[in-house]
Amino acid sequence: MSRWFIPALIVALVIISALSLLAGTVWLTPNEILFALSGTQTDLASLIVTEIRLPRLILAILIGGILGLSGATLQGLLRNPLAEPGLLGVSAGASLGAVIAIYYGFAAAFTLATPLFGLAGGFITAGLALLLSRSGGTLALILAGSAVSAIAAAGVSLALNLAPNPYAAYEIMTWLMGSLTDRSWDHVHLAAPFILAGGALLLFTGRALDALALGEAQAESLGVHVGRTRLLALFGTALGVGAATAVSGAIGFVGLVAPHVVRPLVGHRPGKTLLPAALAGAILMVMADIATRVIRFDGPAINLGVFVSIIGAPFFLWLVLHVRSRAP
Amino acid sequence: MSALTLQGVTAMRGKRMVLHGLDIIFVTGRLTAVIGPNGAGKSTLLEAAAGLLTPIAGSIMLGDKSLPVIGRRALAERRAYLPQRAGVEWPISVERVVALGLTPALPAFGDLPAALLPRIDRALADCDLTHLRDRPATSLSGGELARAMLARAIVGDPELLIVDEPTSGLDPRHAIDAARRLRARADAGRTVIMAIHDLDLALRFADDVVAVRDGRLLAAGPVAAVMTEAILADLYDVRVRISRDADGAAIRFLD
Repeated sequence: MSRWFIPALIVALVIISALSLLAGTVWLTPNEILFALSGTQTDLASLIVTEIRLPRLILAILIGGILGLSGATLQGLLRNPLAEPGLLGVSAGASLGAVIAIYYGFAAAFTLATPLFGLAGGFITAGLALLLSRSGGTLALILAGSAVSAIAAAGVSLALNLAPNPYAAYEIMTWLMGSLTDRSWDHVHLAAPFILAGGALLLFTGRALDALALGEAQAESLGVHVGRTRLLALFGTALGVGAATAVSGAIGFVGLVAPHVVRPLVGHRPGKTLLPAALAGAILMVMADIATRVIRFDGPAINLGVFVSIIGAPFFLWLVLHVRSRAP
Repeated sequence: MSALTLQGVTAMRGKRMVLHGLDIIFVTGRLTAVIGPNGAGKSTLLEAAAGLLTPIAGSIMLGDKSLPVIGRRALAERRAYLPQRAGVEWPISVERVVALGLTPALPAFGDLPAALLPRIDRALADCDLTHLRDRPATSLSGGELARAMLARAIVGDPELLIVDEPTSGLDPRHAIDAARRLRARADAGRTVIMAIHDLDLALRFADDVVAVRDGRLLAAGPVAAVMTEAILADLYDVRVRISRDADGAAIRFLD
């Protein structure tokens, strides 16, 4: 079972990805996709594939992957099944940064202002959370993270409250809902290096997370540097999730849900959960992105973040009830 | 040689001074019981001895090298430490929990090397866990969990084994089994240290006893020399009577 699990997830991701290139307002044929990817065509179908759907697909895979990976890392580190990337304030900070860019009109001046400000915001909040929790342990990190997160969320509300005109407020709201619409190769180039670097850092925590299943004292006695692991997890999350939130807006639940979907299939081992959680996160994200393009009502399209929340929140509820019924 | 030598060890927990200049030698091939009232500093002493708490003064040597010189990972391969109420936080199988004891011997990535599998089988068999190997560790009873934790600690065959309260919360049958397994480790030539409240078990299974009170060494030496009515009365502040009969010795607290 476990030997085929990761290859099976990869195959599923490839199939879903192919579907993602086909699906949309305009459905394309597999032939058109292959021609477009061969790089010799310049017709409309090829442009749709190479300039719109491909960068969007890559972003969905990267963002879903880093959210799942980060969620799995944090749940393992904090030994808490309800931990998720937003817990450390990274998402809220990135949102505040992006909102500042929109609010002060930087976004109108040049397109990448929003993700760049988001990136900076994510780093600043993660740095603050780390500074505040430096002397304490894991609990201090959670508390500092939620405090910083609350401050950033208050800043976002303030910006909405004082928005100079309804259009600015609308733009902020839309961005906060999370979306991959109109993202280009520029966004991929901006986010990919950070997401990949952050992901690499997180993957290095696997062995330590396994030992941490025995608690911090036993993990230390097994040669694990718990403080260093905490730093690695936080830094990886700040880089990866900060960059992801900066380009897509806040997308919740993927980081919470993806580890839970795969955990029973890897024997609940925290280290073994990492890679499958990343793949499951990517699959969930690409599927949700396809759904937002295909499911159309008369009004505007459903934003990706909203769609994920609508599916993710009931799952969260089920999780809470399930965890409670299993506890003694 | 893997005797553990503490010289003038002074340690703090937070802002509180817990150990005051302890000099103790834990001898190879002997089971040493650390006894003392609650809050005497037993757990702190064990943590310092395991190299997990750095003393503010004094030195701790394993063999002829001090713990910081040995290094985190090499030390982790040579000594095992079980804290009080050791447990597992995810429903991982017993076999995998035991395998975690080999963490210091593993590469950073990849599965468990096949060469290490026989060690896990032996540790499971030693602790009577073979039939439970696929059970989630979170579903074990107290006695089974204690055995799984001990198997986790001995799977790497550490030369120094430090266990904090191995018998707390166990019924007499399981407590005696646990003490007997530690006894077997000492008989196999390893240095074994256990903090313990059950003085009858200490009297029956230990070779040496270290009595700690208020962070200071009250007495240390062979069981017969330390577990006397006078020293125990002094240690716990109660009147003590040791009665001996054909079954061995029993300790009664009279107040």
